[in-house]
Amino acid sequence: MNVLVCVKRVPETGARITLTSDAQAIDTTLLGFTISPHEECAVEEALRIVEQHGGSTTVLTLGPAAAIEQLQNAMAMGIGEALLLETDGSDWNAESTAAAIADAVRTRACDLLLFGNEAADTGDYQVGVRVAHALGLPCTTGIKGISIAGGTLTARREAGGGWEIFELPLPAVVSVKEGINLPRYASIQGRLRAKKATIERIAPEPLASALETVRLAVPPEQETHVEILRSGAEAARVLRDLGLV
Amino acid sequence: MALCLVDDDPVSLEALTFARRFGEVDALVFGDVDVGGYVSRARRIVHERLDEYAPLAWAQAIVELEPELVVAPGTDRGHEVLAHVAARLGAALAANVVEAAIEGDVLNLTRQRWGGSLLEEARLRGSPKLLSVAPHVVEAEPAGLETTVEEFTPALGDDHFRVRVARREEPEAGTVRLDTARVVVGGGRGVGSKEGFDVLEELANLLGGAVGGSRVVTNLGWRPHSDQVGQTGARIAPDLYIACGVSGAIQHIVGCKGAKRILVINKDRNAPIVARADWAVIGDLHEIVPAIVAELRSNGS
Repeated sequence: MNVLVCVKRVPETGARITLTSDAQAIDTTLLGFTISPHEECAVEEALRIVEQHGGSTTVLTLGPAAAIEQLQNAMAMGIGEALLLETDGSDWNAESTAAAIADAVRTRACDLLLFGNEAADTGDYQVGVRVAHALGLPCTTGIKGISIAGGTLTARREAGGGWEIFELPLPAVVSVKEGINLPRYASIQGRLRAKKATIERIAPEPLASALETVRLAVPPEQETHVEILRSGAEAARVLRDLGLV
Repeated sequence: MALCLVDDDPVSLEALTFARRFGEVDALVFGDVDVGGYVSRARRIVHERLDEYAPLAWAQAIVELEPELVVAPGTDRGHEVLAHVAARLGAALAANVVEAAIEGDVLNLTRQRWGGSLLEEARLRGSPKLLSVAPHVVEAEPAGLETTVEEFTPALGDDHFRVRVARREEPEAGTVRLDTARVVVGGGRGVGSKEGFDVLEELANLLGGAVGGSRVVTNLGWRPHSDQVGQTGARIAPDLYIACGVSGAIQHIVGCKGAKRILVINKDRNAPIVARADWAVIGDLHEIVPAIVAELRSNGS
């Protein structure tokens, strides 16, 4: 089983997001970076699948040279190989990102491509599906449980308080959500190995998109006038007044 | 022609309400959903093989109708189906839109990034224009229209059923869904332990509500991940959200800002969540929540 997992480098935002003066990007001068949360779970899932079924793991990211940090973080967790699709660091649209990933993995023998359901920053909800179409593979999204047996992948998605269950023939593309697992911490040995590992680099070209960003904006704060209550009994009265009891 | 995808998720009717700003819009209805009053024309998808959700089949129905504009709810299914349509037609897709207006052949829109803690203003060109509507930005509201329902049978082949729901596991009887609950009692790090949630459960039961938790709480294993409220969990829109021991990180706020009212119970008067609250009790939740429960029980039953 060869599993390839795609991750994105995103800033670790604090209590409030600050934008650059031209409102085209987040001001990241004071921020650290991380792997987007759903994708960190995709990395963990790739490791668990290969621990159970044998095979190889590869991590891929599209981003600036600095995104090597996130590839190394995934390798420190246990991923075997890494591939950087190097950009100048600007936001790539979903079409370009998907096309570059599809081109890079087309000639590789992958049984399973894992994505995060949506990147924490852009939240486009589509790159995995576009890659699946480009490669002619079946895909499913929003997945919080994977099991594999006899060339069939069973995927679970939360729906209406219960679960809907999909069965896909491999090879396949699956976009996962946080909650599918709890990602492990990297080991010291893993970190040392990751620092020394070679990372393959490719420089793809972006495509135009029909969706063009004009500017970013921080939504206005919806501060409410808070009434301080003195006791649980007063809070209970509020619940009664709202007609909830 | 403008289409709006409708399925049994209540967010569909919000999307349909949103879509009316584009003028005449047809509801494309999958399953047994009543859209009476919302639009003039509904097209109910009917096909002998379409007894369960199949994303490629749903996408095919949309593609076959050759719409210029497609609106879908910002749900797992809405995003998945639109992404398939986008990939098939080489069209762009704007996810989680909160504002949109047509200007000539351009759609000027505002959409959520970072789960809603950042907004992006963008221009969408080309055809078809595909967009999902972020949950809980508009209230579902019929427009008093007379709705005619037509049946539509798309041309579906084996390829469209390559991925479909093979089976389902229904929720346990009596479970209150977090995303549609009228009251949500949420707990954060301040709850202190898995057992600490017992009293929150009790309060939620008294109010007919659901229990939720912050990301810290689900990562610590105090609650299952399905209870998470926030950017990587559920977007809730209850009449009342009772936040107990939740500090109010931005990733949590984006999940609960659909709440009509917020009651906070927190030790720290300066916790960010207090600034979002309608009411706050400043103190130890382990004393205050049991006091609320006791008070409700003594006067209620």
